Amino acid sequence: MQKLFLQKSICNRVKFFRKLLERLIEGLLMLSGGLTSLIVVLIVVFLFREGLGIFGSPSMETSSVLVVNKSNPIKSLTAAQIKNIFDQNITHWNEIGGKKDTIILFRIDDLTNYVSEEEVGANLENVPACLNKVVDSIPNILAFLPANKIPKNFKGVIVPSEKISPGTFLGGKEWFPTAEPAAQMGVLPLILGTLLVSFVAILIALPLGLSTAIYMGEIAPDGIRRIMKPVIELLAGIPSVVYGFFGLVVIVPLIKNAFGLDVGETALSGSIILAIMALPTIITISEDAMRNTPRAMKEASLALGATKWQTIYKVVIPYSASGITAAAILGIGRAVGETMAVLMVTGNASVMPHSILQPVRTIPATIAAELGEAPQGGLHYQALFALGCILFLITLIINLSVESISKRKKGERH
Amino acid sequence: MLTVMEEKIASTEVPIIPKQEIPASNVVEQKIKIQTKGVNLHYGEFHALKGITMTMQEKTVTALIGPSGCGKSTYLRLFNRMNDLIPNVNIEGYVLVDGKDIYERGVHVDELRKNVGMVFQKPNPFPKTIFENVAYGLRVNGITDKNFIAERVERSLEQAALWDEVKDKMKKSAFELSGGQQQRLCIARALAVEPSILLMDEPASALDPISSAKIEELIYELKSKYTIIIVTHNMQQAGRVSDHTAFFYMGELIETNTTKEIFTNPQNIRTQNYITGRFG
Amino acid sequence: MNIDHDKIFRSKRNKQNFAFWTFRILSFGIAGILFWILGFIVMHGIKVISWDFITKMPEDGMTKGGIMPAIVGTLTLVAGSIIFAFPLGIMAGIYMNEYAREGFLKRFIQVMTNNLAGIPSIVFGLFGMSLFVNKLHFGDSILAGSLTLGILVLPIVIRTTEEALKAVDDSFRIGSLALGASKWQTTSRVILPSAFPNIITGLILSIGRVSGETAPILFTCAAYFLPKLPHSIMDQVMALPYHLYVIATSGTNITESRPIAYGTALVLIAIVLIMNILANILRRYFGKKVKTN
Ligand SMILES: Nc1ncnc2c1ncn2[C@@H]1O[C@H](COP(=O)(O)OP(=O)(O)OP(=O)(O)O)[C@@H](O)[C@H]1O
Ligand SMILES: [Mg+2]
Repeated sequence: MQKLFLQKSICNRVKFFRKLLERLIEGLLMLSGGLTSLIVVLIVVFLFREGLGIFGSPSMETSSVLVVNKSNPIKSLTAAQIKNIFDQNITHWNEIGGKKDTIILFRIDDLTNYVSEEEVGANLENVPACLNKVVDSIPNILAFLPANKIPKNFKGVIVPSEKISPGTFLGGKEWFPTAEPAAQMGVLPLILGTLLVSFVAILIALPLGLSTAIYMGEIAPDGIRRIMKPVIELLAGIPSVVYGFFGLVVIVPLIKNAFGLDVGETALSGSIILAIMALPTIITISEDAMRNTPRAMKEASLALGATKWQTIYKVVIPYSASGITAAAILGIGRAVGETMAVLMVTGNASVMPHSILQPVRTIPATIAAELGEAPQGGLHYQALFALGCILFLITLIINLSVESISKRKKGERH
Repeated sequence: MLTVMEEKIASTEVPIIPKQEIPASNVVEQKIKIQTKGVNLHYGEFHALKGITMTMQEKTVTALIGPSGCGKSTYLRLFNRMNDLIPNVNIEGYVLVDGKDIYERGVHVDELRKNVGMVFQKPNPFPKTIFENVAYGLRVNGITDKNFIAERVERSLEQAALWDEVKDKMKKSAFELSGGQQQRLCIARALAVEPSILLMDEPASALDPISSAKIEELIYELKSKYTIIIVTHNMQQAGRVSDHTAFFYMGELIETNTTKEIFTNPQNIRTQNYITGRFG
Repeated sequence: MNIDHDKIFRSKRNKQNFAFWTFRILSFGIAGILFWILGFIVMHGIKVISWDFITKMPEDGMTKGGIMPAIVGTLTLVAGSIIFAFPLGIMAGIYMNEYAREGFLKRFIQVMTNNLAGIPSIVFGLFGMSLFVNKLHFGDSILAGSLTLGILVLPIVIRTTEEALKAVDDSFRIGSLALGASKWQTTSRVILPSAFPNIITGLILSIGRVSGETAPILFTCAAYFLPKLPHSIMDQVMALPYHLYVIATSGTNITESRPIAYGTALVLIAIVLIMNILANILRRYFGKKVKTN
């Protein structure tokens, strides 16, 4: 009697532990299921925390200041104006709304042109006083000075450096993040460069990819399809540096000779390599979509005397239009985010793109090329993270639109 | 080549139906429209049609009956070469339409299929407008004249007894129609290209009794112009619409005769069992 | 109305022929591109490949010698990332396919996983740098690099697992549950073993992907040149893809190190190729086994 009871209680306990184990495992699995969501959130937090820091920061490092004479009506300068002045593109104050006179640029090294060595002092102890004098005596001066050399009773006027706003960041046409005295943080050329390279790539890849998808899905005999599948898979598997290397040693010289250019590293070279890289995505997804065309539709068309080709373009392609769209969008996504291959073949000139036979620079290539040299936490570093945010947002939009396309498709079928 | 073929057929024993047994409506003129001779079809290893030899007269309705999986659809799809779409299909023997072997080299399937229309078991309109559904066959056959197409679409819809129901919504999607209307639309679509043969694979099985009756009525009317072959599981339907009936069993043609004869005086015990509902 | 059917048929057949030949030629052209790339790299690379090449340190400003540290580095990074990503990814895949109920949560996780899969690799690099290198103070290290790469393949592993599990027939689940087995027992003893071949094949392919990634390791672990092999997971490493990038674009002497670049590219491609072939062999092997059973 007692024994039986004992057995029963052991049995119960075993059951209890087994249940506990089940729950534990389920919890663990659930946690790992949520991991991707957590990572996406973390990526957003870390990217935007660093990237958004750039907005509101002055475009000049705080260690130096720009100074004008107190009689000068101009009391502020934009980063672009500063660059143009120091590049000698702007030489007169009236070009930026001031007096008619020539701008006299002054850097700390020029001090001895204005005052004698004795005045400065053997240990340079009088530099602040001298600067004060010089700035005060030249009405048309624009002086670029270290902040710690500005004296207390300064007679000049410190020009507040422009704060970087989303407008100047996104709309600026110049990207010289390390320019002195003011960094030029305009990412428009990078955005346009990225879009140009990607769209041309898709323009090349889409017709090729669709042709291959149609061939593999609708025309090719089984044997050939069985060979093509792994070929496409392999094409997708080749690392992007290898594509970049191939582009560098084969495509770049090819473009250079074909168009008689001085440099072969152009947007077109990037687009060609990106097109090859986007092909597997486009082929696999659009072939999948075409394969989903109901057999009844195809048979109905063929039974009316349509040729296979007529059936393909009148029934199969319209039916899989949304899948094909998704394929194109994902292909663009792949192209927009591609880093190494583009970095190696596009020449990376950060200018507004005018033609596809010019060097361009894309967002990912900029990040890859510059992040190594940007001091952590600095303006440049933040700007690169902000670029990362833009890239993230572009790909997010792409993913969500594909998601909604495929969802709509599912809805249609039910 | 052709004459050789015809000789071959002439020398084979095909069950020619004695004249007096043909229903009155078809006495006018008897012409052989379709003929198969010793047709064997394999799906890979599977032997789906076993030496089928049979004749179908012009402007008559032939019903193919038999238990599920016996090869009726496979046989029907021989005549417009729909089986060609399936990989690993192997066909032997002769299939003659208007005396020509349609499996011969040099025969173009698109030409053949224009002449041999097909209506499927499940209505399968295209995701296009009602008008475009019917016009599709004309367009793919190279007709561009707008007036001609409009006329033909109207006539085909009238023939399919659908015109009055859809004439005000030609621009609407075909999916807005009821199942029965969709099936008649598919019939109109098939008629628009003016085939001489109409293949129907259980055209009414997915429909309600009223729509089904409408289709039957339609078939009865169409047979004055078309040679119709219909697959059906419904014995009453076969009895009502067909002039001839062929009974298939496990890939073999067991018996073929006038419908009246098959239903009143079947020669084979399996036919008898089937039509009396004892198996299948 | 007079319709010349013969002419129409001829014209539509001609159109079809034209279209089909175009597609055929373009498709073979695309296959041709692959063979062109492979052929080009193999032709140039094979001259450089030798036992010394894969077992020696780089010499003379990376214009001579071997690429052994880069190979070791890449293998280390692959190992590190899969140790992290495979178990977690498989568990997540199991959760998604076997446990999660249809509804908002499942849909949300799916969307997030898809998003993660779509994020460009350079963004993973930024993230890895900011979280692992800076915030967690791992510095440029194997640990930081492996984790970054691990995050990158995680969605691929999850998807592979999900697909493999989806392919398992529902009758297996119902059968096992009907015998009184618990959910986990069913999953671990019945479902996983039959999904195993597909999971393994997918995972092998993802190894190829990890070994070729450059952007995520640029700022998390990759070293331009190291005179010796790393000793701990907190050390920097050389890696094949980064090495190729460096000697192809910014080495001390680009023309003289070109042969080394071809050799490195060939080794990289060989890794991907081997993984692909392995996956295909396994697929075939398991495919046969399932059939004969
Ligand atoms: N594509 C195919 N591949 C392999 N076997 C097939 C294929 N299509 C049909 N079969 C086989 O051929 C046989 C005949 O099929 P068929 O569709 O002609 O039958 P059926 O008489 O029309 O049946 P039902 O009345 O159910 O429509 C069946 O046993 C079927 O399993
Ligand atoms: Mg059937």
